Amino acid sequence: MLSFILRRLGTMALTMLCLTLVVFFLINLDPNLKKLAISQTEMHTSAEQLEDWLVNHGYRQNFFSRYGQWLGIVPKQPVTDPATGKPTRRFAFCNDPVEPTFSGVLQGDFGCSTKFKTSVASKLFPALGATGILMFWVLVVMVPISLLIGILAGMREGSRTDRTLSVASIASTATPEYVSGVIFTVIFASWLGLLNGSAASASRGITFYNFTLPVMTLAIYGIGYIARMTRASMVEVMTQQYIRTARLKGLSFGSVVVKHALRNALIAPFTVIMLQFPWLLTGVVIVEVMFRYQGFGYTLVEAAGNNDIDLLLGCSLVSVFIVLITQLISDVGYAFLNPRIRVQ
Amino acid sequence: MQLEYIGAFNVVLGVLARFWPVWIALVLVMGASFAYKKRLGLYGQLFDSSVGIVGVGICLFWLFTAIFASTVSPFDPLVQIPIMKDALPGAVEPQSGLVYLFGGDKLARDVFSRMVYGSQIVLIIAPAATGFALMVGITLGLPAGYYGGRIDTVLSFLANLVLAFPVILLFYLLVTPGIMETPIPYAMAGLFFLFPIIFFSVLFWTRYKKRPDRLYILLGLTLIVGGWVYAGLVFDADPFRIIHIDPNQLNIFVAVVFASSPGVFRIVRGLVMDIKTRDYVAAAQTRGESPWYIMLWEILPNARGPLIVDACLRIGYTTILLGTLGYFGLGLAPESPDWGTAIKDASRLLRSFIHPALPPTIALMSFVLGLNLLADSLREQSMKD
Repeated sequence: MLSFILRRLGTMALTMLCLTLVVFFLINLDPNLKKLAISQTEMHTSAEQLEDWLVNHGYRQNFFSRYGQWLGIVPKQPVTDPATGKPTRRFAFCNDPVEPTFSGVLQGDFGCSTKFKTSVASKLFPALGATGILMFWVLVVMVPISLLIGILAGMREGSRTDRTLSVASIASTATPEYVSGVIFTVIFASWLGLLNGSAASASRGITFYNFTLPVMTLAIYGIGYIARMTRASMVEVMTQQYIRTARLKGLSFGSVVVKHALRNALIAPFTVIMLQFPWLLTGVVIVEVMFRYQGFGYTLVEAAGNNDIDLLLGCSLVSVFIVLITQLISDVGYAFLNPRIRVQ
Repeated sequence: MQLEYIGAFNVVLGVLARFWPVWIALVLVMGASFAYKKRLGLYGQLFDSSVGIVGVGICLFWLFTAIFASTVSPFDPLVQIPIMKDALPGAVEPQSGLVYLFGGDKLARDVFSRMVYGSQIVLIIAPAATGFALMVGITLGLPAGYYGGRIDTVLSFLANLVLAFPVILLFYLLVTPGIMETPIPYAMAGLFFLFPIIFFSVLFWTRYKKRPDRLYILLGLTLIVGGWVYAGLVFDADPFRIIHIDPNQLNIFVAVVFASSPGVFRIVRGLVMDIKTRDYVAAAQTRGESPWYIMLWEILPNARGPLIVDACLRIGYTTILLGTLGYFGLGLAPESPDWGTAIKDASRLLRSFIHPALPPTIALMSFVLGLNLLADSLREQSMKD
């Protein structure tokens, strides 16, 4: 088991290395650098001045050396101030080293955000915290509801409850966040006026009024999916021999479901819930932009829209990490919950 | 000037009436399918369950809407008639006397016509991109599952690499105006569009190796048609000027194929690993058939059930992806009538007007719902066998 986890962690590190290299390559394409230079300098600058800006801020160093600097395996070089000729910080607003030091992601330095004029860490981690709160409430709503729907539907396959709930969960998987968000806003904010259509005030304090719509919107897409998986798993369990034995023994249907079926039927949904995180990540981006909630997704969109290189790299590192770690947890957890599965 | 309005009941009637070619086509096709369902195989079996009928109905409805879009929609989706700015549903356009059935948006365009034309974009890109993703996924998934070993390790690693990208980040990196100045989208298009040609060439080669008369015709056809489409799509050099794709549409297309082919790859790989242990595969191996013959003519036909179901779900998912692209204003032109862009434009103004937001959302939802119902009933039917 331990060697399995270690091997998986090794693959994970390799995957993250490859992915950040790809991201690094794509955001450092020449048109993107030009866009960055244009947004960072005054309105009317000539092509030479743009080029100067890029050289002065170290964007014209060798690609691999820059990637190494970001990673922290090559010492970060300060840039030379063209006026004085002395080494100076790349950006005045964050603490880049003045003498060559190893200062990259491996050392915990995520670099500078050109859009927010601060260090990436001071922007990214509060945003992650905000998204964590959102995710927590989404899971609190999503998991019990979807498990309940799945169990009720899978308890008696083919019954009227089953068919109604199945169609409902198919309908919910057919509703992406930007659709359900709009529909919920129209119903609850515009028509009924019960809830706030914007979660911008939620960063100061979460209330039922401003936080329900984002949570609902995010949860609804996942509910259908998890419910269907739970149903499939429940249906399979209910056809097993031991369920029939328990019924023939004279136990009531309810007690069979609760005591015998549930425990076995909930193994598969665990994996599905863990694998739901990458989907939630995309959903979070849409929902945070739609409801103006200042979290991770909002930061990612701002970074991508403004070609904020270090911030976007930080965001991709975090999201890739979340995707891979949830995969690992789901695999390990599955083996843990289901004693018939043994990993080699 | 005061606009005239027609009542809610007349709006509903008007909408139903505008769709007349769709209704006729729908009745014809559904009637014919229902009458001959015994002879139509898997497609016919769909008509045995109400879920299947609803799924087929919704999908065909949007298919015909896309085909007859110019007849159904009363206005041009891009034309702005200033007086109709933010008009409520049922407003009568004074000059032509036609009705803005679902009202006008903030740029004074007809919401109904835009919704109808939006179906064209979705119904062209989503199935085509899914088709290419299937080709890529199958061509790579077959050897990965069949041979296993190093080729499987490498291909699976690459697939997991792409799957580990959050989709939205992938799109922000791959679908930008900047990237179109670089050769990357064209290189990727060149790579992806090769797969169908490879697939069909190998398919015919393995089957008709011993029968040159058939082989040359089929291979020739594949190469000519494939090369023609390839030249048109990748190099925009179609000699007949029929096949043409805008650079930004090519960019979207490539990004969507790139995002969804690893999923197909995984499914195909899993299916192949399961099927290759069957007796008929062992029999073919004993007969001395070549590995690619076994993969393409023994394993693939037996994996078709789950693949068809997955293709249906995937078209729906691609529709959602296209909507996401539109919602973030990536790739598609800002005035494009596709549903995602329409939702983006309308959702910013929800506080003042809600009517431009509802038609595209309901359209997108119903189309994806139709595909999901179709997939669900296909799965149920194929499980019965």
